[in-house]
Amino acid sequence: MNIATRVWRGLRWYLREFSGESRWDAYLVACQRDGVTPASRREFERHRADQVEHAPMARCC
Amino acid sequence: MTTIQTGSANRTRSIAIWSVVALIGATCWSVLALSRGEDVSALWILFAALSSYAIAYRFYSKFIAKKVLELDDTRATPAERLENGVDYEVTDRRVLFGHHFAAIAGAGPLVGPVLAAQMGYLPGTIWIIVGVILAGAVQDMVVLFFSMRRDGKSLGQMVRDEIGVIGGTAALIAVFAIMIIILAVLSLVVVNALAESAWGVFSIGLTIPIALFMGFYLRYIRPGRVLETTAIGVVALLLAIIGGGYVEQLGLEEALTLSKEHLVIALVLYGFIASILPVWMLLTPRDYLSTFMKVGVIVLLAVGLVVAAPVLQADAVTSFATEGNGPVFAGKIFPFVFITIACGALSGFHALIASGTTPKMISKESHVRMIGYGGMLMESFVAISALIAAVVIDQGLYYSMNAPAGLTGGTAEGAAQFVGTLGFTISPDQLNAAAAAIEEQTLVSRTGGAPTLAFGLSQVFHEAFGGNLQAFWYHFAIMFEALFILTAVDAGTRVGRFMLQDTIGNVWKRYGDVSWRPAAWSASAITVGAWGYFLYNGVSDPLGGINQLFPLFGIANQLLAAIALTLCVTLLIKHGKLKYAWVPGIPLAWDLIVTMTASWQKIFSDNPALGYFAQADKFRDARDAGEVLAPAADADQMGTVIQNSMTNGILQSLFAILVIIVVANAVVIWVRAIRAGSLPTTEVPHTPSAIVEPADFFATAEEKRAMASWAEERRQQGDGRGREPVRSHR
Repeated sequence: MNIATRVWRGLRWYLREFSGESRWDAYLVACQRDGVTPASRREFERHRADQVEHAPMARCC
Repeated sequence: MTTIQTGSANRTRSIAIWSVVALIGATCWSVLALSRGEDVSALWILFAALSSYAIAYRFYSKFIAKKVLELDDTRATPAERLENGVDYEVTDRRVLFGHHFAAIAGAGPLVGPVLAAQMGYLPGTIWIIVGVILAGAVQDMVVLFFSMRRDGKSLGQMVRDEIGVIGGTAALIAVFAIMIIILAVLSLVVVNALAESAWGVFSIGLTIPIALFMGFYLRYIRPGRVLETTAIGVVALLLAIIGGGYVEQLGLEEALTLSKEHLVIALVLYGFIASILPVWMLLTPRDYLSTFMKVGVIVLLAVGLVVAAPVLQADAVTSFATEGNGPVFAGKIFPFVFITIACGALSGFHALIASGTTPKMISKESHVRMIGYGGMLMESFVAISALIAAVVIDQGLYYSMNAPAGLTGGTAEGAAQFVGTLGFTISPDQLNAAAAAIEEQTLVSRTGGAPTLAFGLSQVFHEAFGGNLQAFWYHFAIMFEALFILTAVDAGTRVGRFMLQDTIGNVWKRYGDVSWRPAAWSASAITVGAWGYFLYNGVSDPLGGINQLFPLFGIANQLLAAIALTLCVTLLIKHGKLKYAWVPGIPLAWDLIVTMTASWQKIFSDNPALGYFAQADKFRDARDAGEVLAPAADADQMGTVIQNSMTNGILQSLFAILVIIVVANAVVIWVRAIRAGSLPTTEVPHTPSAIVEPADFFATAEEKRAMASWAEERRQQGDGRGREPVRSHR
């Protein structure tokens, strides 16, 4: 793998982790491991948004 | 080569590298210390900062990690023990570093250093660098550690558990009151940046529909595609900035040129609505935008500074530093440079983040060092960059922009004349030309720090990247500051609302239910009303809101840091580590000296420019004698000055008293703990950790081997969960 590819992959991995996009993938993997049928993406993301609703994130000055 | 030889070669190389870093740092500091009256490049400041941070991180934070806190990777963190996929969650250290930094970094470290540039470039530079190394980063790291050892308990809860109910209650009230002031001052910065600027109002106004669009897009059209949505949002944002340049052609100029009073009303309404709307609609998408913009601008600024290598225009130390008669804010270098810089060197507010979400997501104890200490070093770097942006612009312009309208009369002629009395020369034509270059109507008395910073940034970017884009860069910078101040206002109002509901919920249970509308709406209204009140005071004050309120904001933030550091000292002593209590103890002592001196001066000084009550007396006496004192224009404005000064003075006294209560309560515990050798604390007992991860940003060869063998071990056990601990969704 040349450096450009590695940097690109690293960046992509970081951004997906940072933004929480990779949660969905992790969820699918977990469902497969546990033999559970996954919820739809829409339901999954709604559930996550509802959690954020009750946990106010602090933003500093 | 044998292991021993490799080890000694590595050691030699490490000594060589750190000697070079030390040498660069020493050279930069010497140049800064010795240069007087000659052209000094801003890069000396930048590299003095970077090499000092590197050395402090490598040596001091390691000392704190190993000796003072004794970080222990055999202990499971709360994230590992309590993982629930909601708030407790094992998170990659580099990702958590990003989250933590995004949470602590805001407008404070950008605005404070700009105002502190009144003292010259040297005092600010020294405090931002020395302060972060010995105080700010230490506070963040130690609070993060203690909260992590207590399952992520909040600062207020820890003060209550470890110091006492009296101290805990005082801390809780202080946190709420301080937050109100912080929100008011941040909003004031936005109001000052947008007042009389149609371009600014246009582009900031458009962020609301852009964020709403992103919210709906993410919820209904493309659920979960955050990066795609953010990319669309950023493009729309840039178009909004560019579009702002055409407000005149669009015939919107008059409609969007708003007075400060109208902006206050708009902001208060916005704050209220934003805090009761579901977060997915406005707050979350806006947060994505502001986080990505924040990181982008910081990177751009660092590159821009290196490319442009601007020359410092300010004096190393100005006469205002020693005489205390500066127009931007009153008071001498001690204690006010420390109060004004606030967040970039030591920020009490970070203790709330370090005892909030971050400790619940740490995967290994050793990560406390890179996230707590490292995150704050990065914040300090932002502050240094902001300071540089303020001291590389023409100083006549700096003072024209930052002196209150009461002094400059708000006109180019008045400003030129006023800065002339300070010993700077700038002609009205030059002032008008500077305003025209960024397509603003005027730059006179655009206080609050944001316009100055934006002007400095636009100049640096203009020099670094060329093109005829200075006006774009200026509004780009205003947009970026306003964006994350508004995010802080949204999120802060919501946090305030939750705190209020939680507190009242102790007495009236139903009120604590965050989804009960009457409670949510009324708690939001109280919070917004409180900061809105101070904001309105700020814009209507003839003496200048920033001049009056910023010291209150700075002192409040530093007093919160005093509470956090007191907790750190208390816990070290209770754990029987009296010999290391100096690590948070020295910054605590310094912070108390600074804040108490500043509080004393703001309360008891008989100089009306400095003491709130002296100021109220002066205007009251004048009013009783039927006089009108400048800058007030009539008896009504005299009344405003008196009322504001009294309110600020009372609030200032309240903050100081609350902190004294916490410290006094803590001293009792210190004495008890020292007599007993140590005292029991609420630390969670040792539970063995199964996770293997590198300790720092980059994995060493040894750590890579350890991780590989751990992955292998798990694979053989048929765990199948792979290398990374998977975050399952439950």
